[in-house]
Amino acid sequence: MTDGVSPLIGLSLNCRGMKCPRPIIEMARHIGEVRIGALVELLADDPAAGPDLAAWCRMRGQTLIAADSPRFLVRRDS
Amino acid sequence: MRGLRFCRFVRRFLGAGKRYFRGVADPVSEVFLDSSSSEPLLPAARQAWIDAQQAGWGDPVRLHRPGRLAAQALDQAREVVAAAVRARPDEVIFTASQTHSNQAAVAGLALGRRRIGSRIVTTAIDHSSILAAAAAAGSHIAVEVDHEGHVELGRWAAAVATEGTAAACIQVANHEVGTLQLYAEASEACLRAEVPLVLDATTALGRIDFGDVSGWSVLTGWAGAFGGPASVGVLVIKKTGRWRAPYPTDDYQGGRWPGVPDVPAIYAAAVALDCWLQSGRVVGERQHDLIDRLRTGIVQRVPDVDVAGDPVRRVPHLLTFSVLYVDGETLTLELDKAGFAVASGSACSASSEHPSHVLAAMGALTHGNVRVGLTWTTTAAEIDRFLDVLPPMVTRIRATVGAS
Repeated sequence: MTDGVSPLIGLSLNCRGMKCPRPIIEMARHIGEVRIGALVELLADDPAAGPDLAAWCRMRGQTLIAADSPRFLVRRDS
Repeated sequence: MRGLRFCRFVRRFLGAGKRYFRGVADPVSEVFLDSSSSEPLLPAARQAWIDAQQAGWGDPVRLHRPGRLAAQALDQAREVVAAAVRARPDEVIFTASQTHSNQAAVAGLALGRRRIGSRIVTTAIDHSSILAAAAAAGSHIAVEVDHEGHVELGRWAAAVATEGTAAACIQVANHEVGTLQLYAEASEACLRAEVPLVLDATTALGRIDFGDVSGWSVLTGWAGAFGGPASVGVLVIKKTGRWRAPYPTDDYQGGRWPGVPDVPAIYAAAVALDCWLQSGRVVGERQHDLIDRLRTGIVQRVPDVDVAGDPVRRVPHLLTFSVLYVDGETLTLELDKAGFAVASGSACSASSEHPSHVLAAMGALTHGNVRVGLTWTTTAAEIDRFLDVLPPMVTRIRATVGAS
């Protein structure tokens, strides 16, 4: 376990202080770096991050595993 | 010397001012697509406003001729509204805005029912003025909606029937996404639970015939939504005895809204509403088709767009969509530069750090949001031009943020 990232989490993106849609853009740019089934952690404190990440997952066929602002977990499904 | 310098400063300042005002007065090819914020004043309403300034400016409680003329104009305005919502003319009141009407509706029922309880039930996507009034009244329950904005009826009925509920509020149609709410069913649940209902008809009044729903106690509306003066709110209070004025009142409007009414503006509002009632059906049908054309065109021509709201059961003139990876403020300003005035529910693009509570509650994408509201005069050519302008604009913005 390095940098507090659990072995299940393939990637952690620190987007705190960024305004939407930047955290969602970062998620879209980097989710391809993990294998299908792996988790990506997103740290984002913009008030729109929660609803927008959920909408992005719905539009892009990914799964929002946990949403506890400012910490979100997405599983790469496609 | 000092005087001369000052003169130069004044000249320069005035010069700049003149350039500025000349710029503002320039005829721009602006296509106004923000009727969700306010429909531009209809020409007939403008003329009626001017005419009523001549003949209806008096104080309507006075017995002299100007007073009587104003009282007549006010009576006619009440009759137009009463006929539109199937109420009695003496149940119609004019306030100063949609916000005032909604606040008076909720606070008045909360006061009249304070022995029952202080809970106000709304949906999660009601207008912010309803949500604020509900929170101020006591405890507030906001019932969830589905992805298209329809209230969860089972939860609604349960919330309304819970002991201690003073009143409930529901919209005829949502002001951002246009979805027609399940207001008839929601109204039935309130009747069964004997809970008075505020029907917020702001977005629908004049555009949708909802007169068959009679289960409401108080109805609210706003002239700015249908091309009347923005200074006129509509408040219709059924004489059920459940509403009490939550503020000090006077002799005006039956002791339900204080202050001398602005009769010329109210008369203009009634004329605007009458325009919709008399000849708005054709306009509504055209708008319904244009929104279908816009919805289909956007989905076909712009990848990764989230279109919100019920595509069929909706008011004719609204469409809300969100463009993935694009910032709403940038998109709104770029569209403005291209000659299109639209609204946005994204954070920062209006006056708020927070995104639209309507979009968030529906699970819709909140960034990159554009809200199109067609006006009485919107043409197919304007919509087609919008459809031509939007796709390359989105491509360009996405490229600049590294999301293409």
